[in-house]
Amino acid sequence: MDLELKEALSRQGIFTTTLEELYNWGRRSSVWPLTFGLACCAIEMIATSMARYDLARFGAEVFRPSPRQADLMIVAGTVTKKMAPQVVRLYNQMPEPKYVIAMGACAISGGPFKQGYNVLKGIDRYIPVDVHIPGCPPRPEALMDAFITLQKKIDAQSLTGADRPRHLNAEEPSEFIVPQYGAHDLEPPKNVKLWNIITKNIPNGPGTASDNEPRKD
Amino acid sequence: MNLEKIKSDIEAAVPGCRLQIILNGSPSGQHSLLLGREHAVEIARFLRDDPELRLDYCSNVTGVDWLDSETSEKVKVKKLVDGVEQEVEEVRKTRTPGYLEAVYHLYSMEKKHGPLVLRLRPENRTDHVTLPSLTPVWRSAEFQEREIFDLYGIIFEGHPDLRRILMWDEFEDHPMRKDYVEPNDYEYEPTPHDAVLEKSKQARAIEGQR
Repeated sequence: MDLELKEALSRQGIFTTTLEELYNWGRRSSVWPLTFGLACCAIEMIATSMARYDLARFGAEVFRPSPRQADLMIVAGTVTKKMAPQVVRLYNQMPEPKYVIAMGACAISGGPFKQGYNVLKGIDRYIPVDVHIPGCPPRPEALMDAFITLQKKIDAQSLTGADRPRHLNAEEPSEFIVPQYGAHDLEPPKNVKLWNIITKNIPNGPGTASDNEPRKD
Repeated sequence: MNLEKIKSDIEAAVPGCRLQIILNGSPSGQHSLLLGREHAVEIARFLRDDPELRLDYCSNVTGVDWLDSETSEKVKVKKLVDGVEQEVEEVRKTRTPGYLEAVYHLYSMEKKHGPLVLRLRPENRTDHVTLPSLTPVWRSAEFQEREIFDLYGIIFEGHPDLRRILMWDEFEDHPMRKDYVEPNDYEYEPTPHDAVLEKSKQARAIEGQR
């Protein structure tokens, strides 16, 4: 719809909208996060949802204790390799549409534990992340900023077309492989279908040259 | 607490046991007792129950993996140089192979003294990695012995529930050993340097072959 016409109409007291806007407005205004904290970042997440910072202003006050009722997973804290399968399983159990915020240095890359043997180097190795927040831990303002960024992202989604969101595309997967405990590491160590997209972007990185095909897992 | 006295007390109470005082040269001067494996449980029980010592609280158990070490000392040796006997200084190197160790810190709640540091060493680090468990004597050692089993691979005989505690059950390595090689998952490194740069190069090479 023409934006000028829309404004002119609204000045005359006529409210016009599109189904897409209405649909996205409804989704973004009531995102229910999963009650789920892994480490110290969770304390900041709890603070964000409490009276002082009040995430309820953005429509995300209902933290659900069950993945079946949640839309948003805030991965708040260090994901150890022992915990990673459970995180992925919880994500798989969430119904579409679902979103992920990776909160803090550990969740996005492994953080200070990156060179250890037991911490996953970023949860985006196994599940698609919508917003990454750096920080150790990020302040509640940063989490709110990430949340607003997510709302903008939801608002910008179109319901039709090739770039429509995953939950409207029957061919896109909504579940991802749950890693198994191996003898030396998690098996597989990453979800290549997700991770290749990222590594392709680094110059001289893997995936640029011969082999662009996702490996079968 | 006099370590010499404790040593002689133990020797009197547990005949035939192997004991050695290991001196700590640092300012803390926290000397320790190296126990023989065969009598470790008996000694532990004595330390706990002896009315003078009453070391009833085991505050900490930890593992150590010591690397091979080389010490060199200068020794004066008599040698024939050009037909004349002379004293010549020689550097003699002694190599000590690396070993695993479990360290126990004991205190007495009743007598308000401590710590007494005990050390136990398994025979080697490959096939004879067993030590007697002191969990039957001090219950607080249970989880910490499990941790040593998990991270160093020392098997504690007589432990009531010896399972991995931090890593998953299917895991085979012992990550705190010095020779542990961690899985290389450094394929995405935006700002690599030093050791991480090397690892990330390797990871990308492996990735390229796939």
